[in-house]
Formats: sequence, C-alpha cells, structure tokens
Amino acid sequence: MFLINCPYCGERDQQEFKAGGEAHIERPKQPTELSDDEWAEYLFMRKNIKGVQFERWNHAHGCRKWFNMVRDTSNDEIKAIYKMGEKPPSQ
Amino acid sequence: MTKNLRVKSSEYIDETNRISFKFNGKSYHGFKGDTLASALLANDVHLVGRSFKYHRPRGIMTSGSEEPNAIVQVNPGTSRTEPNVRATEVEIYEGLEASSQNCWPSVEFDIGGINNFLSPFFPAGFYYKTFMWPASFWEKYEFFIRHSAGLGKSPTSSDPDIYDHRNIHCDVLVVGAGISGILAAKNAAKNNFKTLLVDEKNELGGSTILENNEFNKIDNKTSSEWLKKEIKELKNIKNLEIKTRTSVAAYHQYNYLLARENLTDHLEAKDKTNKIRQRLLKIRAKKVILATGALERPLIFNNNDRPGIMLSSAVKKYSEFYGVACGSKNVFFTNNDSAYESAMSLYNKGINVEAIIDIREQSESKIVKKVKEAGIKIYWAHSIVDTTGYKRLNSISIMKLSNDGTSVSGSKISISCDCLGVAGGWTPAVHLYTQSGSKLKFDEEKQIFLPNQNTSEQISVGSCDGDFKIDEIIKNLNQKLKDILNIYETNLDSIKVEIDQENSKRNIWLLPSDKPLGKTKPFVDYQNDATAKDIKLALREGFRSIEHVKRYTTTGMGTDQGKLGNMHALGIIADTANVKMGELGTTTFRPPYTPLTFGTIVGRNVGKFFDIFRRTPMNDWHVENKAEFENVGQWKRAWYYPINGETMHQAVQRESKAARESAGILDASTLGKIDIQGSDASEFLNRVYTNAWSKLAIGKCRYGLMLNEDGMVYDDGVTTRLGENHYIMTTTTGGAANVLGKLEDYLQTEWPELDVYLTSVTDHYATASLCGPNSKKILKKIIPDLDLSDENFPHMSFKEAKIGNIQCRIMRISFTGEHSYEINVQASYGKDLWEKCMEAGKEFNITPYGTETMHLLRAEKGFIIVGQDTDGTMTPIDLQMDWIVSKKKYDFIGKRSLYRSDTTREDRKQLVGLLTDDPNIVLEEGAQIVSELNQSPVEMLGHVTSSYFSPNLNKSIALAVVRGGKDMMGKKLFVPMENQNINVTVSNPVFYDEKNERLNA
Ligand SMILES: [Zn+2]
Repeated sequence: MFLINCPYCGERDQQEFKAGGEAHIERPKQPTELSDDEWAEYLFMRKNIKGVQFERWNHAHGCRKWFNMVRDTSNDEIKAIYKMGEKPPSQ
Repeated sequence: MTKNLRVKSSEYIDETNRISFKFNGKSYHGFKGDTLASALLANDVHLVGRSFKYHRPRGIMTSGSEEPNAIVQVNPGTSRTEPNVRATEVEIYEGLEASSQNCWPSVEFDIGGINNFLSPFFPAGFYYKTFMWPASFWEKYEFFIRHSAGLGKSPTSSDPDIYDHRNIHCDVLVVGAGISGILAAKNAAKNNFKTLLVDEKNELGGSTILENNEFNKIDNKTSSEWLKKEIKELKNIKNLEIKTRTSVAAYHQYNYLLARENLTDHLEAKDKTNKIRQRLLKIRAKKVILATGALERPLIFNNNDRPGIMLSSAVKKYSEFYGVACGSKNVFFTNNDSAYESAMSLYNKGINVEAIIDIREQSESKIVKKVKEAGIKIYWAHSIVDTTGYKRLNSISIMKLSNDGTSVSGSKISISCDCLGVAGGWTPAVHLYTQSGSKLKFDEEKQIFLPNQNTSEQISVGSCDGDFKIDEIIKNLNQKLKDILNIYETNLDSIKVEIDQENSKRNIWLLPSDKPLGKTKPFVDYQNDATAKDIKLALREGFRSIEHVKRYTTTGMGTDQGKLGNMHALGIIADTANVKMGELGTTTFRPPYTPLTFGTIVGRNVGKFFDIFRRTPMNDWHVENKAEFENVGQWKRAWYYPINGETMHQAVQRESKAARESAGILDASTLGKIDIQGSDASEFLNRVYTNAWSKLAIGKCRYGLMLNEDGMVYDDGVTTRLGENHYIMTTTTGGAANVLGKLEDYLQTEWPELDVYLTSVTDHYATASLCGPNSKKILKKIIPDLDLSDENFPHMSFKEAKIGNIQCRIMRISFTGEHSYEINVQASYGKDLWEKCMEAGKEFNITPYGTETMHLLRAEKGFIIVGQDTDGTMTPIDLQMDWIVSKKKYDFIGKRSLYRSDTTREDRKQLVGLLTDDPNIVLEEGAQIVSELNQSPVEMLGHVTSSYFSPNLNKSIALAVVRGGKDMMGKKLFVPMENQNINVTVSNPVFYDEKNERLNA
C-alpha cells in the first residue's frame, strides 16, 4: 500500500487514488491527419517496463486532481511526483 | 492415571485461580496464565491431533505461533467455534472447550490412520498423479478428496462477535517485545518519537526473561532479572503505547502494516459479550524496527514426529514460564549449546534429564561443563536413527555418526524416554522483513538467511538479524538505533554485559539412519506430512525451482507456512542438487504471518454495512406500495409493483400496457446528473459527444452518445441547455461516476485551456418521469399555469416551473416513445412530487412502473441500454445509429477510431431486431444465434441482448447483435437451445410506432 504525496493535499494512503496508466501520451491535436498505424500507436501502445516508469495518477477520493508519478516498478519506489503540465524531472 | 506434571510454581501462573476446561470432551484443569498447550502438558496430554495425510498421532511441538501440529478446533459446535487454532496460543479460561481436528471418530482411534500404513502408496505428487485419469472419474475422486481434506470445521451460524478496525500513525513501530524490541521502544520513546510496541504474546520479554544462567549477565544481574526491571520502567514512559496479544500479520510497502489485536479470546464467554473481539490495526509507521526474534529449528531424523518430541526451547519455556515438566524422562537431541541451557533449566527445577545426544564431536563451553557436573550423560557424535511409541514417545535408538555426517555405524543404543527436546539451531524470523519487499542474503557460515537490503525506513535488530548473543545484540542494537533515530546517545551506552557463551554448531539438514531413506520417515513439514524422501523424489522427477518443489510436495503449504521445516527443505534440496543454499533462493513468505479471522479482515463492514445502499427520495413510497427492488450499482431501484399476488411477468405486462394506454410514472432519480458551466461548455460538449451541440438553443434538450477514444459506445443520455453557458447532462445510472471521472480527466489533462466546471448533482435532484397519452393532462393539473402546448413546450425542450412554491425543472423527453415529462425537484421534495403526481393521475389510472417495464417499453422502441445491448465492442455504426455521428465536426472523442480498418469492417456484429416465428416464444437473453443447424462446429453469429414479451404488440420481441446483421433484414436464423431450435427472423430493431407519432399524442 503506497503512501502517495498528492501535490495538492499531501501524503495520503493509496486507497484514495486511482492509477491512470502511462503518462506523457498526448492526445494528437489533429487525429484525422493520422494513418491507422499512427492512431493505433497513440490508442493502444503502452510501455510495461520493469524499472522506472512515468505514470498518471488521480486523487479520486480526495481533491480529484490528476498528477504524474515516476515509479520504479521493480520495487515500487516513488521517485517523483509532479503536476499535470509540468516537465518530468530529469533522471 | 493422569499425572500432574506441574513441578514448580511460576510467577506467570496464578495457582490460586484454578480453571477447568474440556479437551476432546474430557475435563481438565489448569491455572490462569496457562495456554491450552501448557495446561494439557501439565495433565500429561501430548497426543492432540493427527497429521493431514497419514493421520499420524501428533503432539505439541512448540510454545508459540510457529506450532505445526497442535492445531485444535476451539468451542466446537458453537457460533464462536474456530478451526485451525494453535493450542500454544490459546489462553485458557473457565468453560473453554477444544477438540482435535483431522481425525475420525477420535484422536485416539482414527480410521484415516490407515493411510500411515499405506504411505508407500502416497508419494509426493500422489494427488496429481493419481486423480488425473480417467477424467470421467474425477467426480468420484472429488467426493473422496473433499471428505478426507480440510483441517477443522467452520462455524455454521453467524458470528456473534464484533470486530473493529483502527488506523494508527506512529513515528516508530517496534514489532516484538523481546530484549531488543523493549530496548528499541524505550529509546525511541525517550527521544520523543511516538512509538508503538506490539507483541503477539500476553507478556513482554521474549525468550530473554527465561535466561537465568550465570553465563549471561547484564549489569551484574541475570539477563532475565535485568529485563524484568526494564519492563517495569516501560509502563511509565510517555509517547509509548504497548499492545500485547497483537500479532503483525502483514508488512506492506511504505511501512504499512496490518496487525491483529486480540481483545477477548482469553475471556470467559460471559465477558466476551458486546465487546470487540479482535481489532485490525492499520499501521502507517515512519520507521519500523523489527525485533521478531528467531525460531528454533528441529532436526530431521527418522520418525521425528511422535507426540513427546518437541523443540528444546519449548521444553525450557514450559518449565521456566509455566512450571510444567513435559516428561518424566527427558532427553535432548542437539547440534549446538541451546539444548544444554534447556537441560540445566530442567535440572535446576528437579526435572529428570536422562541424556543429551549431540551430533557434534565435542564442546568445551561453560554450559556443557555444567551439564557434565550435573551428571547428565552426553553422547557425542551420535545421532538418533529411530524412535518408538505410537501415541507417545517411549524410546529412541542412537548410533555413532560418521565424520562426514552422512552415515551411522557401530552398535545401536536404545534409550527409554517420554520427551525429547530437539535443538537444531536458530532461524531468524525474517518473514515480515521479506514481506516488506526487502531482500535476504544467505550466510553460509551460520547457515541462515539474514536481512540484506532494506527498502524503507526499517531495521532488523536482535536475533532476527542474526545476533544470538546478548553482547552482540546490545552492541549492534545500540549502533542501529543511533542511525535510524538520528540520535547520539542511548541508555545502552553504559550497559555492562558479561557473557561466556559459545555458538559452535554442526549443521546437518538430514540426519542419516541405519535404514535407507526409502524405509524411514524423516518429516520436514509436520503439518502436511512431507518427508525428506518426498523432497528427494521431487528432485529426481525433475523439479528444480524451490517454488515448484514446495507445491509438488506441499512442503510449507500448511497453515503454519512451514515455519519450522522450510530451511531443512532448502538444505536437503541444496545438498541433493549439489548447489549452494544462497543460490537456491528462498520461498516467498506471504501474509498473513499467522492466520487472520474473516471477522478481523472485514471489521464493521458486515450486514447492512457490507456495502452502502443508495435510495431515492421516493424510496419509502415504493416500499409502502410493495415494490420489488433490483440493485443497479449501489442503488435500490423499484423493479416492478406486483398487486394481488401478481408474478413479475403479470405485473410488467400490466404496467407496460397502462403506460402506453393512459399514464405511467417512473422514479428516474438515479440517473446521473452533471452540472456543466463555463464559457467553453458548448465546445466541451462538442468534443465529448458524437453529435453537434453549438447550435442547441437555450431551453432545448438533446440526446447524446459518448464514445471511448477507441470508438466504442461508453455512455448515453439527454443533456439540456439551461443557459448560455450552463448545461445539465444526464448519464446512465451505472455510468454516472465513471462519466464524471472521464470528463474531468480530459478537462485536466488534454484540454486545460477550456473554461468548464463540472459538478455532480445526481443526489441533489429527485426525478419523476410521467409518461403516456394522459401525461399532459396530469401535468396540467399539477401546474395549471404552465402552457403545455406543443408550440410552447415541444418534445425535446425544457421549462422551469413551480409546483406551489417548489421550483422544478421539467424536460419533455421520452425513453418510452410516449408523450412524457421528466420532472426534477430538489431531492427533499421528491416524495411530495411523486405523491402529487399519483393524486393528480388517479382519474387516469396512473400506474407506477419499475425498471423492468422501462426496459420493455424502450425495447419496443429499439432504444439501446448501454451495457445491456452494448458491451464495449459496439460503435454507433454497429448500433445502426449513424444519424447521431456528426460528419461535420472536425473531432470528438472516438471519431478517428470510427474509420480504422477494423471498425469499418462490414461483418462486424450489428444491432438488429429479432422476431420469433412463434410469437409466444420469448428468447433467452444471452442465447447464441446461428444460420446453420447441421454444421459442426457451427459459427456463432451473435447473441440476444434484450428480449421481452410485448403486451402492446402481443408478441415476443428481441434485440440482438449479429455479425453482418445490417444486411440480413428478413433473413431466417436459428437460436439453438437445450430442448429446441427456435426459428427467428431478422427485423428492424424499432418494433413500435416507427414514425414516432405517439410523442405528440
Ligand atoms: Zn489531492
């Protein structure tokens, strides 16, 4: 059970949060310009790595804000948390 | 014939408080402070159970939670009965009853015991190998297995006890109150850390309070004396909370631990009532100090499981702590000095010790000398090759052990004894440590797994970190405390420890016998009857991974998770496969450390609190009018309203007819409602719905379909424009929370530039849906001054109005195809609104209808229900709803996916109507549809999604999804059922009033 430091509320139990998949996948501005393959890349392809991963999380049972998390999936260490729209911390 | 083996009074046993209890129907007595195990031993009862596979008689082996054998059913036949309880942990109280498990008809005579003699036929993997074939016999095997399997019985009536949960946030959590835990907690609390100290026992002190020998001194006192003084001081320390009878079950990441606090299990029945029995502590600690101690290892030798064979440390604890002699002729069998301490403890209390069998060549330590002085015979370099005594140990045979430890030789000596204390060294209790995600390393010299890499703010101290001598413990503890607490001094700085102790050990995982392994029974896992032979067989059959061997042989799979034997299993595998133990790895220790009751896990969330119910403001009316309810998500919705003993079918037919012929009323309060405001609200709707919203006039309503980005239908509902920048969106009942979440997600992450605010107002409004040709007249009676003409208030429009003083929002929208109004009022007026409608509708025979009739009426119109007629694989095109997909809009969620190669396939499953050739046959929802009956295998074209008998059309109707169904209009298909093949014809999904003439009727 993680202890997650919501950038708006502070440290809260994982129960209050919802995981939202890989971060920094921007919805294409002009989807109609994309080929099937390019659209499929956006729609379906997600990383599933053992190691440092960038993720979206939502404080669903709290402030309901979305934010980003850098997590090492091999040991669940949360390396960084930052707001939507902010640049990911450099490694 | 019962002997009293209470030999000496103990400060932990209150001999003035005599307690009677029953075991297997027989009455015994013990004293306050006894466990069931100590009280039984005091009564010379060793045989307490039967093993799982061979039903071998088994006795008490340990004095703690690691007990594999002495597993009992507490209070059998009552609502408080509990199976699989360790007799070593049950504190006795007046009236306690317990019984043996896994034996029939009794522990003394057990029919399953025949398995013991059949054991050559029960090798490792027996169940896997035998019951695999012939496959048709499985049912017979299953019957047999189910009757032989299982330890104990679960209660059959509901649990009378109360359970609780509590969240605890502390700076420092100390697990285990032996000497290390006590010193750690004391120093943490004294340095102003909010500290919690927990221990599974009812007394603090661990094993150190049993240390009375003179080779082990702290500040010139015996370690037990010194520790007792420390414990006394603990009680007065600020910042320190102490919880006994509290067992940590799980250690999760980020220092989140679950512990079970036992509050009433040790009390008499009359004192249990209306009290919390157990409490689950959910602990989030900034720092965790594990002081979980070490478990003594047994030795693995032939017939090492007889009642009377115990751990040496347990024999010592029963004598020191409970004042009980476990036997009158005691022998110890050891590979290290611990057994000598136990022997001296017995000797000093006047309990007879016959001999010590030591597999080592020699030891010259002080304690060994002491034993020699006491005249106790020591057999050096000897091993036990066999034991006798079916229900109680009565002798052992020993032989000389070879230098390499793999064989025995010489003459066999038989020693008569009724208790054997076995000491195989100590295994650090690292179970919780590994649960936290931290990693172990194997110490080849000490032959133990030790904490290696901590993942969080935690340390392991004392013997769970491999420190077994008091001087080492205190020195290392002192440094570790300073590091983790960031302090410069502790009360340990000035402690003076004098110690004269040796740690020499000769580790042999499997001791040889004069008989070959095939003829012996050296048990590794006592509870599951796995022997060394089984493990070797698994290796011969090709199993290599420890996890596989474990499952194949069931080693470590019992309720004790192999706390005693796992190390030996690993050792035997390593020896046999000729690999180093460190390379073999270890099995995973999973929570809970000791079993938890279901009550503790669920806490107060039982009965009415199991899940929350959501009820509409009109709920009382539905209950008073005998509605049947259905669960829709957490909502309790009126399903149908039977009158005069109607069946569901009869009620629904009546309700459906009434709604079309005169007037019906539905409680639609559960529909999700989202208030949308902001200068970009229209643009926002344009992006989330498939159709266009910019031109929707204020006061108008529009139906919208929401897709996922993959083009599949996600939700639907009517949205009304209340003002220039103000909309109210309705969603499906079940989809409300998810839709809000999805919209928020897009607003926050993809379109933060949009000025839009979303508020869930589902619970703020009560909604009555008035429908049917007389709905207009009824509304007119309620709100006389509202102009209800089609010109002023047409279909798909909205009016604000007042019923008396009550503000309401009325939408003229229809889910039934009839002329209808949805009237929304503030939730608290919901029931009044409903009753007003019923009163006004009386003359029109207004009929309340439930969700079932609503489903039927919309099916007659071919309106979909998201989640019933769709399943996450249906696009609007598949649903034949092309009309709602805007061609002009540049983009909306899911648009691009609607022309992917896959979504444009012609042979996708498409929504169609189905009419049965026999109009009286109603199809089953979910039934498969085929075009051929004589093919095998036959292609499934699709399935029925909605099906009803329509009273208004007087025939059966159905909606279905059929591959390529769009082009199959009029085609004959089949629905094969168990007893008949039903002939059906593909039809238009709109069965009733195709031209929508009734909307304005
Ligand atoms: Zn928050």
